[in-house]
Amino acid sequence: MKIMKLYLQNSIFRLILTLLSSFILSIIIISCEEFLPTAPESSEILNEPIEGLTPSQLAAHLQGDEQFGKIFGVEDGLGPIFVNTSCENCHVADGKGHPFIQLTRFGKMNLDGTFDPMTEYGGAQLQQRSIAGYPPEEIPAEATGKSILMPPSVTGLGLIEAVPDELILSYADPDDLNGDGISGVPNYVDPPDYFQPKPGFHISNNGKYIGRFGRKAGAITILQQVTQAYLQDIGITSDFLPEDLYNYIIGSGTGDKVSDPELSASVVKSVEFYIKTLKAPPRRNENDADVIGGENIFKKQINCSGCHIPTLVSGPSDIEALNKKDFHPYTDMLMHDMGSQLDDYYTEGSAKTSEWRTTPLWGLGLGGTSQGGKSFFLHDGRAKTIEEAIIYHGGEASNSRNNYYNLSQADKQKLLKFLESL
Amino acid sequence: MHKVLPSVLIIIFYTVVNAQDTTGVKIPSQDAIYTRPFILKVNNLSTSIGGYFEGNSNYFSEDGVSEGLSFELRRFNIFLYSSLGPGIKFLSELEFEHGTEEIALETALLDFQFSPQFALRAGIILVPLGMFNQNHDSPRWDIIDRPLVSTQIIPSTLSEVGFGVYGRFTLIRYLSLTYSGYLTNGLGDGVILNAEGKTFVPSGKRKEAFEEDNNGLPAYSGRIALQHSLGELGLSFYHCVYNSFRVEGIEVDEKRSLSITAIDFSANFFDFTLQGEAAYSMIEVPDNLSEIFDDKQWGTFFDIIYPVYKGSVLLFDEAILNSIVRFEYVDFNMGRFNVTGQNVKDDVTALVLGLSFRPVPNTVIKANYRRHWTVDAIGNPTIHTAGFQFGFASYF
Repeated sequence: MKIMKLYLQNSIFRLILTLLSSFILSIIIISCEEFLPTAPESSEILNEPIEGLTPSQLAAHLQGDEQFGKIFGVEDGLGPIFVNTSCENCHVADGKGHPFIQLTRFGKMNLDGTFDPMTEYGGAQLQQRSIAGYPPEEIPAEATGKSILMPPSVTGLGLIEAVPDELILSYADPDDLNGDGISGVPNYVDPPDYFQPKPGFHISNNGKYIGRFGRKAGAITILQQVTQAYLQDIGITSDFLPEDLYNYIIGSGTGDKVSDPELSASVVKSVEFYIKTLKAPPRRNENDADVIGGENIFKKQINCSGCHIPTLVSGPSDIEALNKKDFHPYTDMLMHDMGSQLDDYYTEGSAKTSEWRTTPLWGLGLGGTSQGGKSFFLHDGRAKTIEEAIIYHGGEASNSRNNYYNLSQADKQKLLKFLESL
Repeated sequence: MHKVLPSVLIIIFYTVVNAQDTTGVKIPSQDAIYTRPFILKVNNLSTSIGGYFEGNSNYFSEDGVSEGLSFELRRFNIFLYSSLGPGIKFLSELEFEHGTEEIALETALLDFQFSPQFALRAGIILVPLGMFNQNHDSPRWDIIDRPLVSTQIIPSTLSEVGFGVYGRFTLIRYLSLTYSGYLTNGLGDGVILNAEGKTFVPSGKRKEAFEEDNNGLPAYSGRIALQHSLGELGLSFYHCVYNSFRVEGIEVDEKRSLSITAIDFSANFFDFTLQGEAAYSMIEVPDNLSEIFDDKQWGTFFDIIYPVYKGSVLLFDEAILNSIVRFEYVDFNMGRFNVTGQNVKDDVTALVLGLSFRPVPNTVIKANYRRHWTVDAIGNPTIHTAGFQFGFASYF
């Protein structure tokens, strides 16, 4: 031990040790690829603004981004009952959510065929979490339907919102006049008090309007979706919906201790602007021969594009980046009967319980980047692969699903490769 | 029992006989507040003022996004010490963080030292949880940022109002034992349902903590440590009921407790200094909040410090240039998702490489390269953060 200490005190040995340790440190640093991390490829991420925003629009986008990421605690008015604590926690990196989040909705089918969202029993959305000392909700025994929904991606929604009702209605074919087995219908929903229809853009149907956001197309605008999510998902009141949630078993007046409304209209609108100005999900490998081949199969051979319409056109918008643009969401924004396997006996608006809004397929291949490296498909994440999701398609999608079964293995692979490129 | 008792008596006797003989033993962490230079150099006076301040620059990039270069004045702390009589001491520390952004009384305590083996302490004290919390002055550390485990699992700086006892025994030559135990107003409701969106013990610090406890059940904490010429090994714990289960005498919720256990060490081998601590926390959380707010967390850090140069540099006769490597890891959620059975991630791994130059022992100039690998709860692609920091810290 003494000999070793003497060696260490020797200056030459010290120098060697210093050089050696510096060398080791350098190796460690260099092995980290670079000193400062670089940004991931734009085609691999969803959380970027749409191209063409002005500097002031970009500033507003970033302000909304901050609000979108804000985590609410009890001191901020979280609850008293809630599902999650921030927008970002459900829509991680603006992508699809993870199955553990579970937005559960329930209701009761009346004997006359009308659907009761059971609002007096805390419906339609269950808040399964609560602040300390307050009981979380449970689904009442009278409920006949329950749907577990994974949070969808929020990118590209500004373009979808900018699609005029007239265009959506042009794709509707309730009586299947063209005989393709597809009979898409719009979901007409009651607008909230603060909804202001745009003349020549929104088309009223006895005071109801076409819903376009949510798995059941229950919300007409992004603003409505954001406002409802703040209240129903986080338990945060706003100027638009100023009354706190409560557990119906406990009764009203038992909310959190923070004065309502907990958010001003400007904050809600800031988040609305952020979502509105998120870019459309990027394509990858779109020039690959197999991907092009798969796209042809998708469109021409098995008619997936009968519902998943590749290209829509936005109407006039005061945001130039959204104004009259062609974009490719792969949806018709209509409701379709998807068969008994996907019927949760729950619905919203005028839709039947087995009907779902055609899910935009853009961003399909990036799902794993927001779901922990694994992918979960369909409304509740029950499908673990794209193929499994196709197999679950029934009802109006039966023909396309059967056509898929009849494809050669090579063509199936091309189709899947195309879908992963979205 | 009859066999054990004589042995215990022998140890006590031996301890008392050797009580003052601490020659060659490392200075205990729990004495760190009294081994600051302003006290050591003027301890013949009844009152002295001192302090430290620290600042640094930051240049970080997270996944390719950088906010550029910025400067930060982290802390300006003022100490006030007074010797009030034989064995009676007063010490306080007023902290200004980021200028006047946050001003806090971190310590204000009165010690009644009856003997080296037994002292009473009352006031605002540094909870003896881990090594860092009681010995966190920046001029003593060679890395700019405080260890993650010591600030995010152990919520340093954790100072609470209360009272307790501490002391030091010499067991055998070159080996001493220190102990401390306190009752304090504990952490509060913010441990869960906070603005961090996860179980986060530091959010349990309360503004009213120096005024009253939030539930009438004090926290208890304690640490025992062995000191030898080679170093120190400590074991500590903290336990409290953190939620306001009782309001105006009426019970409105179940009692929920949190416990943190920590082990720490520091050692000197040849010219190397090794130091670190690890902490494991268990927090009772309502069932419906599991997955988001987990009931178990842990973390650790480990430093290796080696003086690459000791000697004269310009005006400084005893300058030291240290090289430092720190490894850190914190897991904020050790649970599993109910639906998928997957592990919840929510962890941070960090590596820090640094150089520190001490022209004089109580002043340090630091240069760090810090890299973090952060994984969110779901396990999405790792967020890479890295950057350079240059800073200084000095006692005065």
